[in-house]
Amino acid sequence: MNWTWFHRLGSPPSFYRFAGRLAPWLGGLGLLLLAYGWYAGLVLAPPDYQQKDAFRIIYVHVPAAAVSLSLYVLMALAGAVALIWRMKLAEAVMVATAPVGASFTALALVTGMLWGKPMWGAYWVWDARLTAELVLLFLYCGVIGLNAAFDDARAGARACALLAIVGLVNVPIVHFSVEWWNSLHQGSTILKFGKPAISADMAWPLYAGLLATYCLCGHAILRRAQNELLLRERNTRWVRELATELGGGARVS
Amino acid sequence: MTKRQKRMAAVAALVAGLALAAVFGFTAFRKNMMYFYTPTDIVEHKVADNARLRLGGLVTVGSLKRGDGLNVEFTLADCEKSLPVRYDGILPDLFREGQGIVATGQMKDGVFVADEVLAKHDENYMPPELAKSLKTADGRHSCAPFKSVMQAAN
Amino acid sequence: MSPEFWKMGGYALYVWGSFGIAAGIYLWNLIAPRLRRRAILETLLDDE
Repeated sequence: MNWTWFHRLGSPPSFYRFAGRLAPWLGGLGLLLLAYGWYAGLVLAPPDYQQKDAFRIIYVHVPAAAVSLSLYVLMALAGAVALIWRMKLAEAVMVATAPVGASFTALALVTGMLWGKPMWGAYWVWDARLTAELVLLFLYCGVIGLNAAFDDARAGARACALLAIVGLVNVPIVHFSVEWWNSLHQGSTILKFGKPAISADMAWPLYAGLLATYCLCGHAILRRAQNELLLRERNTRWVRELATELGGGARVS
Repeated sequence: MTKRQKRMAAVAALVAGLALAAVFGFTAFRKNMMYFYTPTDIVEHKVADNARLRLGGLVTVGSLKRGDGLNVEFTLADCEKSLPVRYDGILPDLFREGQGIVATGQMKDGVFVADEVLAKHDENYMPPELAKSLKTADGRHSCAPFKSVMQAAN
Repeated sequence: MSPEFWKMGGYALYVWGSFGIAAGIYLWNLIAPRLRRRAILETLLDDE
């Protein structure tokens, strides 16, 4: 099999330029969608028949929980590519995804607690869903810590990739925990097919918020991957040229 | 086999091995991962007498009786069986007849005496007007999320 | 906005707390990569 196209796509300078062009669009689109989603969620959407205004926490909780799982899958996939093809770009993407994923996992946990206290009657319970999501946060933190513990970035990336892949078993557990086991946490609303689980005027702000969060995560990962590439390729000509170009301009101004 | 193919096989084997281990592990410990028992478990299978446990179900419509102070008595049901429950304490905002709840406590003379009651709401969200027009909504929830632990384990 | 809106039906602390923490996380994800990029470029220039 011929893999040259794959290696060309993964060439650090071309990805750096590609990311630099794509990131502002993702960031702008994400902020616009988020502004709409939050405004519509807080002001336009009617209160829930049962949970009243407390249900509005869904507009920050569900997008955070959704990306916490998606980004973990991305991180593990990038890790697998890094392990198999020894690709620097994949290492950069994996390392870049960890802090973004960790921050949204933490957000999902905290907003879940702030939702649980007034509705369930407790900030925290050790049911399967909550426990598995906490394990997810520990896995992200493990990848971040492991990466920081290595002086050699490439050896660190290999260790992180292994941990990320091992932790992948936790992803279906988080997602299906509410179906496999009795839990206090309710089932999935947006991935439930058939009868309407959420009325349209409540659903649209949620979809906007979900898309916004994916865009903003994409933005953050591209920017962080760019940073990782600058560090990993610091002795190459393209990075040195870029540094003098950007840094020189910054010093004059 | 090239070096790259060997690494590919190693990663695939790692993922497959982990998935298999997870499936066996969770099948074996399925019962222990359950957050609560249901009235059917207690009525039919007699989960160790006097054991402290969590009991989940729907508050039967028409069964709620308020006593002195914070004391309440009601019947808790899953899709098959029901049990009388007694509780003395602060109830969550969502507590009412037809609502799903999870109570912590133990059986005493055929009554489940709870010392903590949490609300378990469902995944449906709608404005009040819509809820009123739907017969199944507005305080009447599905019993489906309350699955018998013992039947699942068998 | 009316005072009723800010009260969130009595759940103000939980709703505004959640949105406030969320705003912090989103903002951090926008700003942190930028600050790090600046720091990296500075060390790269110092190396030369």
